[in-house]
Amino acid sequence: MSYSANQLKNGLKVMIDGDPCSMQQVEFVKPGKGQAFTRVKMRNLLTGRVWERTFKSNESLEAADVMERDMEYLYSDGDMFHFMVPVTFEQYAVEEKAVGDAVKWLKDNTVCIITLWNDRAIVVTPPNFVELEVTETDPGLKGDTAQGGSKPATMSTGAVVRVPLFIEQGEMLKIDTRTGDYVSRAAKG
Amino acid sequence: MNTDHWQPSATLETLKKRAAMLAQIRDFFSARDVLEVDVPVLSQAAVCDPYIDSLTVEYRNFPEDTVQHYYLQSSPEYAMKRLLAAGSGCIYQMSKVFRNGEVGSRHNPEFTMLEWYRLGLDDQTLMDEVAALVTKVTGIEHFQRYSYRQLFLQYLNLDINTASDAKLAVKMREQIEVSGEYDRDGWLNLLMSHCIEPQLQGAVFVYHYPASQSALARLTTDADGFSVAARFELFIEGVELANGYHELTDAAEQAKRFAADQQLRSELGLQQRPLELRLVEALKQGLPDCAGVALGVDRLLMLALAKEQIAEVLPFDFSRA
Repeated sequence: MSYSANQLKNGLKVMIDGDPCSMQQVEFVKPGKGQAFTRVKMRNLLTGRVWERTFKSNESLEAADVMERDMEYLYSDGDMFHFMVPVTFEQYAVEEKAVGDAVKWLKDNTVCIITLWNDRAIVVTPPNFVELEVTETDPGLKGDTAQGGSKPATMSTGAVVRVPLFIEQGEMLKIDTRTGDYVSRAAKG
Repeated sequence: MNTDHWQPSATLETLKKRAAMLAQIRDFFSARDVLEVDVPVLSQAAVCDPYIDSLTVEYRNFPEDTVQHYYLQSSPEYAMKRLLAAGSGCIYQMSKVFRNGEVGSRHNPEFTMLEWYRLGLDDQTLMDEVAALVTKVTGIEHFQRYSYRQLFLQYLNLDINTASDAKLAVKMREQIEVSGEYDRDGWLNLLMSHCIEPQLQGAVFVYHYPASQSALARLTTDADGFSVAARFELFIEGVELANGYHELTDAAEQAKRFAADQQLRSELGLQQRPLELRLVEALKQGLPDCAGVALGVDRLLMLALAKEQIAEVLPFDFSRA
């Protein structure tokens, strides 16, 4: 299957120089008197590189066999990270490189989006929000629940997050994985 | 068809401003004694420009009849020039035009074009009138003017009179990756649209296009003695808004350019379509010395209202049409 460059849309995955790439920004450029171009900002899904390229709008591009599946994180054996498709129990071993920064937010049973290219896991995207326990931080300042400063806190996964001064060791916090920011104390379950 | 998309893509407030702008434009021409015309949008001939694709319509005399192909016009230019040759005097038209495959944040396959012709003006003096119209509608008062060559010297330090095709390609690839190869005008268009236009601030007229991009403009000589096209464009905040010519009146040269375009269409593997040979006949009869310009009305409204998407100024954009 292939696309012509003027069919490109945000989110579409195509093969560029042998690597699967995701289209991030697609612009139709057409001088009144002159040929049409498709100007694309895209991300190489293997290397994470984001860059721009302009195609002739009738240029043909091969579709990348890329799909995304929800998978639960099971464990790491020190070499590979193991995930499972909840419905089918299929397991995937994922290389550290593909896990990337998501490793900071992985705890058992976290459901992540795994990007598969030709059935090989190439990207791990954590959920937008995770709840993690504080394993280490300076003692909380009583009464300081309003605004004020912040301090570093180490979470159970090893991630270090800036948190308000009143947070205590052992508390569960809600974190935004896209920014790495503290959101709130986790709702008491 | 997505039935959720029954609603307009522009707000009703915008549509009222749109109507007011159309009225302002008509006032402008009425005050200057320019006659409004409405030539057909459906014609037996198609535009010959290899990079503009006309939409084809199937016409039948009765439902079971064999099909005759007609073409939705990409601009009213050919028919307006036939009127000029017939002695109409100064004329303008504001109507829908059509271009296949042109969809984007600033493109809609069906859009509103304002086109007008002024007897006795040339490209330089017609720019004054374009500026007056834009001032009336947007309030913009300051306009800069650069020749195409000056623009490349200033923004890219490139003299297009001496730079080789290879040098243009290198300059382009220094800025953005480009796949494929292009001819000289292809590289110039890439540099213009990718590297220069985004840097243009305010209202900028660009004149004296390369002779190879003359389209239907006559050729002239610049101050340094180089042959250039008597063609200009207007960019506002980097958006291409208008394209004008001191019009070609030479019938033989017109016929030659049609043939060259048709040849290029064939080399590019594009469909050969009926040429507007009636324009050549009209030019033989005599087109008065005149300048003409086409201006994108939807884009003008986008600028006046600071909208980023053409859909925001159209009642229904292409996805809802």
